[in-house]
Amino acid sequence: MNNPNYNATPLNATCPACGMLCDDISLGTASELTLQNGSAIACNKGIRFFERSAKTSVSTVPAVAGKQTDLESAISAAASILRNSKQPLFAGLGTEVQGMRAIMKLAEKTNGILDHMHSEATVSNTRTMQNSGWLTTTLSEVKNRADVILAIGTDITGSHPRFFEKLVQNHDSLFHKPSPEVIYLGVTPETPAGSVIACDTAKLPEFINALNALLNGKELHTETVAGVPVKILSDLLEKLKNAKYAVIVWSASALKIAHTELVVQSIVQLIAKLNENSRAAGLPLNSGDGDTSVNNTSTWLSGYPTRTRFNNAVPEYDTYHNTTQKQLASCDALLWISTFNPYAAPNCKAPTIVIGHPDTPFESMPDVFIPVGIPGFDHAGQMFRMDSSITLPLKKLRDSGLHSLSEIITMIETKLAVETAA
Amino acid sequence: MITLLKNGRIYDPAHKKNGVIEDIYIRNGHIIAKPAASEKIGQTFDLSGKVVMAGAIDMHSHIGGGKVNIARMMLPEYQQQYQQKQAQELKGLSEPEAHICTPHCSHHATPSTTDTGFRYIEMGYTAAFEPAISPVNARQAHLEMGDTPMIDKGGYAMLGNDDYFLRMLAAKKDQKAINDYVAWILHATQAIGIKVVNPGGINAFKFNQRRLDLDENNVHYQVSPREILQSLSRAVHELGIAKPLHVHCNNLGAAGNFATTLDTMSASSGLPMHLTHIQFHSYGTEGDKKFSSAAAQIAEALNKNKHITADVGQILFGQTVTASGDSMMQHLNAKHANPKKSVIMDIECDAGCGVLPFKYRDQNYVNALQWAIGLELFLSVEDPWRIFLTTDHPNGAPFTSYPHLIRLLMDKTFRNDAFSKLNLDAQAMSNLASLDREYSLYEIAIMTRAGAGKLIGLNDRGHLGTGAAADITVYTDQPDREAMFAKPDYVFKNGELVVKNGSVVKVVWGVTHTAKPAFDIGIEKELKDYFDRYQTMQMDNFKISNDEIASDGHGQVVIHHNSKG
Repeated sequence: MNNPNYNATPLNATCPACGMLCDDISLGTASELTLQNGSAIACNKGIRFFERSAKTSVSTVPAVAGKQTDLESAISAAASILRNSKQPLFAGLGTEVQGMRAIMKLAEKTNGILDHMHSEATVSNTRTMQNSGWLTTTLSEVKNRADVILAIGTDITGSHPRFFEKLVQNHDSLFHKPSPEVIYLGVTPETPAGSVIACDTAKLPEFINALNALLNGKELHTETVAGVPVKILSDLLEKLKNAKYAVIVWSASALKIAHTELVVQSIVQLIAKLNENSRAAGLPLNSGDGDTSVNNTSTWLSGYPTRTRFNNAVPEYDTYHNTTQKQLASCDALLWISTFNPYAAPNCKAPTIVIGHPDTPFESMPDVFIPVGIPGFDHAGQMFRMDSSITLPLKKLRDSGLHSLSEIITMIETKLAVETAA
Repeated sequence: MITLLKNGRIYDPAHKKNGVIEDIYIRNGHIIAKPAASEKIGQTFDLSGKVVMAGAIDMHSHIGGGKVNIARMMLPEYQQQYQQKQAQELKGLSEPEAHICTPHCSHHATPSTTDTGFRYIEMGYTAAFEPAISPVNARQAHLEMGDTPMIDKGGYAMLGNDDYFLRMLAAKKDQKAINDYVAWILHATQAIGIKVVNPGGINAFKFNQRRLDLDENNVHYQVSPREILQSLSRAVHELGIAKPLHVHCNNLGAAGNFATTLDTMSASSGLPMHLTHIQFHSYGTEGDKKFSSAAAQIAEALNKNKHITADVGQILFGQTVTASGDSMMQHLNAKHANPKKSVIMDIECDAGCGVLPFKYRDQNYVNALQWAIGLELFLSVEDPWRIFLTTDHPNGAPFTSYPHLIRLLMDKTFRNDAFSKLNLDAQAMSNLASLDREYSLYEIAIMTRAGAGKLIGLNDRGHLGTGAAADITVYTDQPDREAMFAKPDYVFKNGELVVKNGSVVKVVWGVTHTAKPAFDIGIEKELKDYFDRYQTMQMDNFKISNDEIASDGHGQVVIHHNSKG
């Protein structure tokens, strides 16, 4: 792909396409944009992100009521919608830390309700953490210590493509451990990196609870659990118990079961019990689009993770009521934000503002559309990795002239303040 | 414009001013000498009868970074209760422990960054230092501190459990190489000091060791906590970093741990070392319950060992959360969590963390004795320049309880009255009632201002001399020291009036204090190789630039030149 914006020096990029946030990506030389990771090529998901970003038009202009307009008019129109709204819904929230900082301020001033597009999964994990806590680990620990990896209900690579390449098939590790034994539970990958225990997703709770029972010394008066012979369960348990450092990976978004948090709770209990005698740790996968960044930023700024709303500048936390699904029906304005990916806004009867990716598709044009730059491509930023412990700088890779989300949100906030004062 | 603070009663221990009546002149954010009569005074505050001190400095408070945010995320109920309490305007103080926790203290263990800044400045604190920045998590810590208004910030970077350092130690790298690495970490993390938490223990926990004594080896590296302390305290000293190595000893919270603490004092071979939240490390094993106060032994050793400083980490009763880098001991103590939940993490071949909610109860034997042990330490350590007022926020209690703690130190009757309501067995095991000492305003000013500023190496803070930044707190002298310290009349930040009658009147953003000793950049070759082979991020992205801290227009990095420049 040709892009005249690139100069002869290779650009080091941080890839925001998934929660692994690979920062070993080198983008192109001369006019050719290529993805290089040493001698290897970055993952398909990353390539797709950078290719699509590079093709994104920088000439997309704002629109009000479907008609192209200048930025100032669009900002005015957005401010006007928010001023006339008693409780706008801020949904999507596909952004990084700086974008979220600006959104929080605007939400505080407008009584906004905040919900991320992937929060259904995030909330299952957060609720578990709030109920019982958990014991977790981070990517470098997995890379250097894990000798058994149990993947529950996820093949991992679908959402986090370079997981095995970077953390399992690595040649170097600090403690000269053998390659970890990988076991998949309840999922059959196309090219598995280890053995598979087949089990219906719907029966995973049964399976994990039986593992917990066995680990707690209970006898199971049955030959199979969730269709799996008990011997397989006890063998799996032995592997986990004998591991020097067992890592249990799950993806709340892949666990398509009612009351996901109860499954997560069982997994967390298993890890806690294993740690009474040996070492084991959990690794929850995130869903992307800045979910981890948004959740963390919201937490330090308001004291609460997302699914909050502001009421006279006071944040309120309610994971049941403050969902996009519920609030779409009752909100009196929608602000949809998706900057990494061109995701369409959900249908909403209320006046709708879309601030996001220049290629955002529309079934029908919203009341206001303001295209913004892609974080990690058009502007710098800061983003949390899936394991939360690491925050990495996103790099600016081209001069597109597109404003960042935080700039646009701040303009709207300023406009609101001026006109409210006037 | 010149601002004149007229006729205040000045407590400025750095200049040995103990309640003298003097005027203070401020220009461009700094204290200046008395200007010529011809110069115009822009505004004058008549401080007749008022007590004037430098802005207070909290040298150990968990205000930002991963574990603090985990605590917020895990405990939304704290924030909800706080908001309800605020909404009720502190009406019904019906909690049974209300005699310990007071109307002035919101006792909010997990404040947002905004609340953190506001609550600090409202009490006259103008700086707070995050004592446990894990280097890989430093960016988050600075993002959070960057969103903390009103006060200056800074932090201590944690080393001694990171595999890079332990590999160096095991390979017997020379001290010069260690020094270069320590200096590199300070630069990369934008920190002002170095901390070690449970030396070697957090790392050992990852190898399934459950306790680590001072002379016990990490099973993999075959190095002991004592060697780690020696190496790091020497590095800090040789690099000329003002802040002595900040040490969270092995065996936190364990009965009998005072022996480890005493041994630790000797581990630096006479080089300066700071033992943090020493209350949690002053436990004996006497009595029926095999848990007793060893405050007397610890205080005696502190009085004798002039190279050691300590902060107390006082506990106060009520609900809080303990957030620590000490994953090993927090995992061990998780059974005491109340409510029963805990987050434990192994972090990135660098560090760990453990977050447990905790409720200190005055009728619980251990908790009551912990309370007494902290106060025994305060009252038995003779030199206020070497002991610091902390609750290890939020681990012992939220920092908003400081005014209450100050009253406990300054008012013997108040203290003994509180003591008499505690668990009776605990009372029987403490000599607190026999300690008559009452701290003076001058001594409080040492502990919370002059001493803290000097310890960290903040040359222009913590005192009221010419050239100092005009961070100044003005109180009304009241017999109720808690009321006095809870609500200053005025707080000036860099010469601007930001608090009036205990309420914020202007929002400002402080700076980030750092130390950046020189080092051999050649070590990056080896570091880069290490990052490429073993870590999951690039070395260059590990480093935090000045621009990142200043980027939102609020922050600013201030570099304090170390003593050996």
